[in-house]
Amino acid sequence: MTVPTLSGDRDASRTAAPTAAAAVRLEGVHKRFGEVEAVAGVDLEILDGEFFSMLGPSGSGKTTTLRMIAGFEEPTAGRVLLHGQDVTGKAPFERDVNTVFQDYALFPHMTVGDNVGYGLMIRKVAKADRARQVADALRMVRLEGYDGRRPGQLSGGQRQRVALARALVNRPRVLLLDEPLGALDLKLREEMQIELKAIQHQVGITFIYVTHDQEEALTMSDRIAVFNRGLVEQIGSPAEVYERPRTAFVAGFVGTSNLLRGEVAERIVGRAGTYTVRPEKIRLAAPDDAVADDETSATGSVREVIYLGPDTRYIVALDAGGELVVTAQNQSISSMEALAAQGRAVRLIWKRPFNFPVGD
Amino acid sequence: MTTTSPETQRRKTSLFGWLHRHPRVKLGALLIAPTGWFGIVYFGSLALLFSYAFWSLDPQTGEVVKQFTLANFERILTQPVYGAIVFRTVGVAAIVTVVDALIAFPIAYYMARVASPRRRALLFMSILLPLWASYLVKIYAWRVILAPNGLFDWGFKQFGFDQFGDIFGVSDLSMTVVFIYIWLPYMILPIYAGLERIPTSYLEASADLGAKGGPTFRRIVLPLAMPALVAGSIFTFSLTLGDYIIPALVSNTQFIGNVVYESQGVAGDIPFAAAFALVPVGIMAIYLLVARHFGAFDEL
Repeated sequence: MTVPTLSGDRDASRTAAPTAAAAVRLEGVHKRFGEVEAVAGVDLEILDGEFFSMLGPSGSGKTTTLRMIAGFEEPTAGRVLLHGQDVTGKAPFERDVNTVFQDYALFPHMTVGDNVGYGLMIRKVAKADRARQVADALRMVRLEGYDGRRPGQLSGGQRQRVALARALVNRPRVLLLDEPLGALDLKLREEMQIELKAIQHQVGITFIYVTHDQEEALTMSDRIAVFNRGLVEQIGSPAEVYERPRTAFVAGFVGTSNLLRGEVAERIVGRAGTYTVRPEKIRLAAPDDAVADDETSATGSVREVIYLGPDTRYIVALDAGGELVVTAQNQSISSMEALAAQGRAVRLIWKRPFNFPVGD
Repeated sequence: MTTTSPETQRRKTSLFGWLHRHPRVKLGALLIAPTGWFGIVYFGSLALLFSYAFWSLDPQTGEVVKQFTLANFERILTQPVYGAIVFRTVGVAAIVTVVDALIAFPIAYYMARVASPRRRALLFMSILLPLWASYLVKIYAWRVILAPNGLFDWGFKQFGFDQFGDIFGVSDLSMTVVFIYIWLPYMILPIYAGLERIPTSYLEASADLGAKGGPTFRRIVLPLAMPALVAGSIFTFSLTLGDYIIPALVSNTQFIGNVVYESQGVAGDIPFAAAFALVPVGIMAIYLLVARHFGAFDEL
């Protein structure tokens, strides 16, 4: 897929960026709505050109954090810096960021062309110039020739693209995306994920992406911040967050919660604490199978078998107490064989480094 | 204790089942009373009004002559006094509508987008509560307020403005003020409903794209609130157009309604009253057509 670049030059004030500061910096940001503390002290540094995701369940403070970067909410405490500049008290129209809204927020009384050109018109870009930039932006999101339509005449996926074009045409230095694919069906969502990533590469703008979908965050991001109860639990690359979750919450939210706690951990791992093992790292074996020196194992019985097509998920009740989930590819077994595992005594085996401690 | 026999049970369910399978019959049964009332009483009286307008009064007997004539309309068009009355009525209705819109918009905006739920409820109460008071009581209250040595006059005299009582009192200005007050809720409520329907994200998106308050208002809020504004203006305009009590009580001038009232009451000339009553109907028809032309009903 080819993605045309946005034409036109950034005006001088935009290129005169302060020194190699982070694109966005949050310092001790709090947001309180009445009795509820939506964001309870977030420190973040988002690098220039990064695809940064804020992942978490609803009510975890990720959207509020995004809205404070956009300027729709003012922090109760703390500072927001854009490219080294303190913008904490500034209005949205004074910030060099643009937002793609969850409901797209396309203006229904304007055509697609006028929607996309809105920011340019407000900045008094000459009409001919504006038309060219709008056409470029629509081409980038593969909606050439749609300028005359009304948002009401478009499908959800098309509206999503218009919203993206409307934000990108202003060439912001940071683009904020608030669950932009949430309303699309799975197939379209997967397509848009790839496309968004390609567009981000093309324009080189910092993307800050809010989502509750862990797979989406893992697929698209350079780095992920996992939010929980108004705090950031972990920041890292997708691999880091998935392979080395720092807390039990991250382990559960990004992937399957496979926790060995307290006495169970002591019996299986040999030490007290909370440990996690990713389900695909565990091998399902017969109870009397040999265990190598660098491996850990646990016996149990298969409580449930969930057939998923390419994979099968086994929920195993451990003899030591607790449960572990194991996923295995259906490479050499049929669905019948997989389902027949129900109730069978098994031994779970995994390489020792694959279980690691997490904080509670 | 009596139990329903299986027979009746079956008959009952079969009736409802039959209705369920014939949704048009069900709908018809439901709507026959209201549509019948609407058709006969409402359109019937309109049709009667329309036909009376083309009849005439025998000056000798005082009987209605049921014969087609354009005499009533000729009289309206040729006698300048009627033209002046129509012009005055429409003019005042237009002024009332514009002033009401200017007062109502900020109040409605505050209620819909700024006020806390508590304060919004309080404002709703203070707008709706006067609607429960008698229209006449409110007019007489305003007479007291506007009369010479009334509240306004007295208040202004404290600051040395002595001629205030002469400007207000019983006058066209007083009448306009009372109209503006009386119909204000009918402008606030539709605008409130219209503004409340605008998602906050539209305003945020506009600000996000660089627009300050002014451009956002002009390009987003106002166009989206326009149908509501037109709806409100239909209320204030048509209510002023048809009123004859406020002109009679607060001013010395005549409105279309006063002429209609006097023609049928004092003079007993129902055909002429009917013809003159068609004038505001015609004006409203034109008003609605113009509003439709500008897309005020596109959202309905």
